[in-house]
Amino acid sequence: MFLSMNWIRDFVNLDGIDLDNLVHQFTLGTAEVEGIEHIGTDTYGVVVGQILTVEEIPESKKLHKLTVDTGDKVWQIMCGAPNVKVGMKVPVAKLGGSVSGMKIEDRKLAGYESQGMCCSQKELGVSDDHSGLWELPEDLPIGKDIKEIYEIDDVVFEVDNKSLTNRPDLWGHYGIAREIAALSGRELRPLPVQDLSVYQDLPEVPISIEDPELCYRYSGMTFGHVTKNQSPVNMQIRLFRCGMRGINLLADLTNYLMLEMGQPMHAFDYKRVDAIEVGHLPETTVFQTLDGKERTIQPEMLMIKSHGEPVAVAGVMGGLASEIVEDTDSFLLESANFNAVSVRKTAQAIGLRTDASMRYEKTLDPEMTTTAIARYLKLLMEIDPSVEVTSRLTDNYPWHYPVRTIVFDKAYVDRLTGIDISEERIEKTLGHLGFTLERDGKDFIVTVPSWRATKDVTIKADIIEEITRIYGYDNFEIKTSKMALYPMKPTPEHRLHSEVKNLLAFTYGAHEVHTYVWNDGKRLSELGLSNEGKLHLVNSVSPDIDTIREELIPALLCVALKNKGYQPSYSIFEIGSVVPAVGEDKLAKEEKHLGAVLYGRKAEEGSMVAKAKAICESIAAEVKGVKFNYRPADESEVKEWAHPYNSFVVSLNDDPVGLIAVVHPTVAAKIEKKAAAVAVELNMDKIYPLAKILPQFREPSRFPSITSDVTFIVDAEVPYSEFERVIGNIPNEHLASMDLVGIYVDQALTGKKSVTVRFTFTSNERTLEMNEVLDYVAAYREAMKEIGAVTIEA
Amino acid sequence: MNSKVEELKLRFQEQMAAVQDAEGLEKLRIAFLGKKGFITDVMKSMRDMNEEERREMGKYMNEFKGEVTRQLAEEGKKLQQKIEAEKLKKDVRYDISLPCESPLGTLHPITIVQRELEEIFSSMGFAVEDFAEVVTEYDNFEAVNVPKHHPARDMQDTYYLDNGELLKTQTSAAQNFILRKYGAPCKAIFPGRCFRNEAVDASHETTFFQMEGMMVDTDISISNLIYFMKTMLSEVFQKDINVRLRPGFFPFVEPGFELDIQCPFCGGVGCATCKHGGWIELCPCGMIHPNVLEMGGIDPEKYTGFAFGLGLTRLAMMKFGISDIRYLNSGNLKALDQFRTL
Repeated sequence: MFLSMNWIRDFVNLDGIDLDNLVHQFTLGTAEVEGIEHIGTDTYGVVVGQILTVEEIPESKKLHKLTVDTGDKVWQIMCGAPNVKVGMKVPVAKLGGSVSGMKIEDRKLAGYESQGMCCSQKELGVSDDHSGLWELPEDLPIGKDIKEIYEIDDVVFEVDNKSLTNRPDLWGHYGIAREIAALSGRELRPLPVQDLSVYQDLPEVPISIEDPELCYRYSGMTFGHVTKNQSPVNMQIRLFRCGMRGINLLADLTNYLMLEMGQPMHAFDYKRVDAIEVGHLPETTVFQTLDGKERTIQPEMLMIKSHGEPVAVAGVMGGLASEIVEDTDSFLLESANFNAVSVRKTAQAIGLRTDASMRYEKTLDPEMTTTAIARYLKLLMEIDPSVEVTSRLTDNYPWHYPVRTIVFDKAYVDRLTGIDISEERIEKTLGHLGFTLERDGKDFIVTVPSWRATKDVTIKADIIEEITRIYGYDNFEIKTSKMALYPMKPTPEHRLHSEVKNLLAFTYGAHEVHTYVWNDGKRLSELGLSNEGKLHLVNSVSPDIDTIREELIPALLCVALKNKGYQPSYSIFEIGSVVPAVGEDKLAKEEKHLGAVLYGRKAEEGSMVAKAKAICESIAAEVKGVKFNYRPADESEVKEWAHPYNSFVVSLNDDPVGLIAVVHPTVAAKIEKKAAAVAVELNMDKIYPLAKILPQFREPSRFPSITSDVTFIVDAEVPYSEFERVIGNIPNEHLASMDLVGIYVDQALTGKKSVTVRFTFTSNERTLEMNEVLDYVAAYREAMKEIGAVTIEA
Repeated sequence: MNSKVEELKLRFQEQMAAVQDAEGLEKLRIAFLGKKGFITDVMKSMRDMNEEERREMGKYMNEFKGEVTRQLAEEGKKLQQKIEAEKLKKDVRYDISLPCESPLGTLHPITIVQRELEEIFSSMGFAVEDFAEVVTEYDNFEAVNVPKHHPARDMQDTYYLDNGELLKTQTSAAQNFILRKYGAPCKAIFPGRCFRNEAVDASHETTFFQMEGMMVDTDISISNLIYFMKTMLSEVFQKDINVRLRPGFFPFVEPGFELDIQCPFCGGVGCATCKHGGWIELCPCGMIHPNVLEMGGIDPEKYTGFAFGLGLTRLAMMKFGISDIRYLNSGNLKALDQFRTL
């Protein structure tokens, strides 16, 4: 929103105040100012001149040679404007003067001397009209500085609309002036208004409100005998500076009032509208708004009707049929208050967000409707004294906001601010902002002014804001709290996530990535994978990205696809949210998962599987006391992206917590021809709740240990865990460890492999005899026959 | 007699000086200390002496034998060292300037900045919490005082889900949970991922990180809020940071503020980062709205508190000079593998 300092000066005396500093204070105390412009400072030396002669020249079709009288002298000026004529009064920039930064010098145009410049409105910054010279009224004295007649100079600042969403009172200059008065400690002048009580004897305007829930107040009045249809230049300049343009006097005045008081108004041609009904249309209707466009109006939208016919979309825009036209000489003036949500929804639905609807959305003060009419009439009568009032002020006001009083004391202010703001200062600040104040012992009893009471100021905390923002946050003394300090340990979950990230990045060399919480449908289909999930976005911009992911690996495979050609081998990981299920209560069952994808050449696949398992084992080691089990996945457990045979379930106490799987070769091949990938996904939520237990120290044996390597020949299908199981079944207090030395698949022995195991024996009490150890090993050899493993003698 | 021994001594010194290698040394040892060596010879000849002479000679010879043994050992050690030194000289010097492959992977820039903030706040006694990404309308809006018809609830900003829930639009969605979990007093931060349904460009993302913080106790004030923000941000940027508050409206705080920091990159004179304004809008904050405290089960008459929401993504971009927000969720390893830092 653009604001004019000239306009604000109508209500506050700003003499002697640095305006840049004031605007800065406004940013810190009220709302963010996005820019400030000192208009007119680079325009000077422009006076009223009269064209005495106009002469065409052979050298140019456009240019004319003028002689212009500026009172002190007659000048020859070359001018290209089409509307030059003898006797016309125009603004003339004299030699040595400046127009919007352009210095006026004696120069030659088409070979003729030109000693000045006649100006258009645009050149003087008062409108964007550049069609010709600004034709000044005939009665202006020749030679008078144009700045003494019109508001060429102004300081215009732009306030960020978003920072005003909660301040319905700041959508007009008068409200801004009130803030500026409070910030600068100056007095706010009352709005000059017409006394409307003198028209009490005139007839009423028929106004009925069918839906008081949506229309809190409708004030109307009618006027006749309008003789003028152009607004004064200074009024037009102000409208222009605030981003609007002059249309005709009656419409300009409604806009002027909206910009001044924040109260949207509408003028209906009385010939078309002589009665008002605020309500709904019985059925969907097409209605043509002022801008000439056809709008589809639904029955739930609030409309202004006259004798049943729609004449305006309430709070949004009037209708074309009843607009003020050239020959309008009587009109009905609307000044109303509508429900904010209703106006917003209607404006949204018909795609028409207007200056009026934007203001109604903010929950305007219904108290100002009649003041706005009184102010309108005051301005109108000053401009067009012949205007007659043809009705009394008719005010239909079915719904009032409650009057709010708030009680607090200085101790409360001290507590919330942490500093000492004096009672005198509190009283002065609130008084400036229009709050009425009473004292009851230590208590302040304040009544919230109507313009702040619609939603903005309702509780004690709101009063704190009023006091502190005017006090200035920059003036606060800052202090730490008195709150006791105590150590805060990270939650086990948080610590685990952090440790796992470090492990993956710094031990296993993986890169952490972030992927979206929804599936990347396009890339999944490139990988030949489906895009399915239990949960969908209802308002996604694309169906490709509307499915919430159930697992992390597909997202990480999409990342691998994107990184085609990055490195021949690398690893990536993410700890992120997935939603594998929606509960019976319809709530998402969100889980935090770890996903990791190891990517490399086909030849590295075996070592990648080993690394994937090592990652799981390291995580188990992080959460001391956790032991994962691994088993081949059942057919139903194999993921779409996974190798049907090389998929393994990771479980904890028989509860599946994740998986390790080789990525299906056809999927991996989509990333790169000879590529292979191995994936790990773990449900972190199932791992962290287990308490971290400290390792129990065992005294190392003081006696030497004896090792014995044994090689077994066994069917290639028999997993190593079978060896562990068989040995585990034979209790032996002296077996310190059983380690895999190596596995060799002999091409000569089809379907067989040799497995070399190292047994280490030790005792805490004595040195073991070789014979004992040989007996143990013999027993193991014998037992291994159970799984078809036979030994070969060294 | 003595002259013979003196001669022997002299001979030993001469021969010792001539020793070249281990072999020569061994010969010398045998010549003097061997079974048939000079010293044994002299010892044997002592049998023919009288008591007194024998005692004197014995003492003398023992000293000499000790001296010989010591010198032989010493020379042996020297020779050994010489051999080892010769051997080391044959080793090739490694090229320490050769490039090496780092086994380290990388953390996401968000993780790095998040950890930094978590450390700062932990050191000030704040708990670090986490929260879901799929949340209820109640948590995201109602519980933080955003009324039913507030424009923030409009479809265009919020990702709604087909089960009636939504993707959290702000970390404030966790406020109610935290207040209920800790009660008062309470000091907590909760970083998290947030979602807004908006068009993506270099500075806008649908998915970004925030970090919310809250502090509740009997007398928490605006003055405390400014103190903690200033302290925390000075730690983040590793220098004294000037902050300023402006009024800002957020339904879950009252009064609410926009917190600006004086641009840490140019010191406030104006640069590209602060868009030449000298100040950077960084963090909405304020005193927790009494309704929010009440819905969190905390008596707003007894307790006050402040809350703030820091743009973690924005901070990471500023800190690392990342110009385009889209890199962060791109998975582009060429962009992400630069964050090789602990």
